[in-house]
Amino acid sequence: MQDQSPKKPPFGFATRAIHAGARPDPTTGARAQPIYQTTSFVFEDSESAAAYFNLQEYGNTYSRIMNPTVAAFEERLANLEGGAGSVAFASGLAAQAAVFVTILEPGDHVIASSALYGGTVTQLKHLFRKLSVELSFVNPDDPAAWRAAIKTNTKALFAETIGNPGGNVLDIEAVAAIAHEAGAPLIIDNTFATAALCRPFEFGADIVVYSATKFIGGHGTSLGGAVVDKGDFDWSNGRYPVIANASPAYHGLKFHETFGTYGLLMKLRTETLRDLGAALSPFNAFLLALGIETLPLRMRQHVNNAHEVANCLARHPQVSRVSYPGLATSPYAALVKKYLPQGAGAIFCFDLAGGRAAGTKFIAALELFSHLANVGDAKSLVIHPATTTHRQLSDTELAAAGIGPGTIRLSIGLEDAADLIADLDQALGGLS
Amino acid sequence: MSLDLSPYQDPLRIRSALACRRVAVVGLSPNVLRASHFVGYYLIRHGFDVVPVNPREKEIFGRTCYPDLKSIPGGVELVDVFREPAAVPPIATEAAEIGARALWLQYDVISEEGIAIAESAGINVIVDRCIKVEHARFFGRMHVLGFNTEVISARRKRP
Repeated sequence: MQDQSPKKPPFGFATRAIHAGARPDPTTGARAQPIYQTTSFVFEDSESAAAYFNLQEYGNTYSRIMNPTVAAFEERLANLEGGAGSVAFASGLAAQAAVFVTILEPGDHVIASSALYGGTVTQLKHLFRKLSVELSFVNPDDPAAWRAAIKTNTKALFAETIGNPGGNVLDIEAVAAIAHEAGAPLIIDNTFATAALCRPFEFGADIVVYSATKFIGGHGTSLGGAVVDKGDFDWSNGRYPVIANASPAYHGLKFHETFGTYGLLMKLRTETLRDLGAALSPFNAFLLALGIETLPLRMRQHVNNAHEVANCLARHPQVSRVSYPGLATSPYAALVKKYLPQGAGAIFCFDLAGGRAAGTKFIAALELFSHLANVGDAKSLVIHPATTTHRQLSDTELAAAGIGPGTIRLSIGLEDAADLIADLDQALGGLS
Repeated sequence: MSLDLSPYQDPLRIRSALACRRVAVVGLSPNVLRASHFVGYYLIRHGFDVVPVNPREKEIFGRTCYPDLKSIPGGVELVDVFREPAAVPPIATEAAEIGARALWLQYDVISEEGIAIAESAGINVIVDRCIKVEHARFFGRMHVLGFNTEVISARRKRP
């Protein structure tokens, strides 16, 4: 009559994707996750209310800070990543901003991959520079570049498991070692791989951030984001007084000393989420948690389809380059074997030999691919990064992110691969 | 050299230790912001009979504070330790002398000697775990804040 052992996890990934965080509702017996569409929660008595606000007891107060439906999503994601817990946010960018706001102070330095999603680059370069955070962008493929960029005030290293849209695969173990030598955490955006294909904590990463809007939800319905913390970074190493010292924003609490493994998560939730207000809605959390139930199945099919499409494009005369890291000829093949043995995701770029003009004509000719600014949907998607997602970047920054004027980004969905190939084929045929 | 702690973190052992009701908290701080205070408060709230042990204090939570385990009238079932690892062996010896059933060493309170003393006395030892977190994981509401409880069960619990 015992619950399953936490130390010897006997349950596989697919089982946990369905069951982690999901408890039959104790009040009603509802088996599906109830949507607790409420702003606030009635206290049992004044002492309970005080205990919740003082963080002496785990309890619900106000949905800007915690909500049972959101918590089910958070626990499920944290379980799959192998983290101590997670805190959900209204979007991936909000989650990412929350991590930086929590661990950084003005004058701190962050090293980031130069091959990041354009929105992330913009957030770092403009919002965080405005908050006096110093930044270095480095070629993510070169561990020596990461090492060379380390300074005495470096407080975080940041990269994507699979770069958007260049498809760079990060040598997580190497970069984590460099971060830890400097006493800093490695933060990984695992949006493109998801825990189904790569779990960065197993290779030394300390924090994982997500845009759950993509494969996690999986159907293009809901924005959401999350921070997952592994829980064993030493925030009391003397470099993070903002986490280790008495917090003026929570009546003098020392988050790391008091909550140990859960210190950063508690601070993220009870200070940063409380103060930024970028809470995930219960309805979105419901849809995102439901999405995770089929994540392992979907990722398998996304990867299979992406392989077929990428291989076809690689042979096409109108195509000058396909940057799918899952191709046998990819410069990242060895890293894919190590970090993404079950597949390198389903988002990649290819270059049209005809450049910018060919790109515009090609997109207009597609029938099945949706032209929009998102990825990780059941539906196949297409975009021209230079004129959309990455348009705020200069040509030099575009080149550093591996994007040319004729680069097309595809997010391969769950349709029949033959139909996707036929659609791409007819659109490419119109270019000759 | 480092001891494999996993036997001392086994869920069956943890659940068995949590069945104890009378708990001495050794190194309990009167400071409301210290981890030991959070834990003591939580245990009282969840019906444990908490006995503070701290030679520097007279009373914490309105309960008499004892200088050591042997001074506690009637003894305790579980000894929860918030002290530096070097302080553990004599505490383990006393725990055995007063007939405690379980010795719980909080995060980073890792003493191979203390563990050996308690085990040879037949005491159930839990190491490098927080009693508040483990109670909340199996019996409480740790999940309401998005923590990974690792508990998976399709059984309906009572509200």
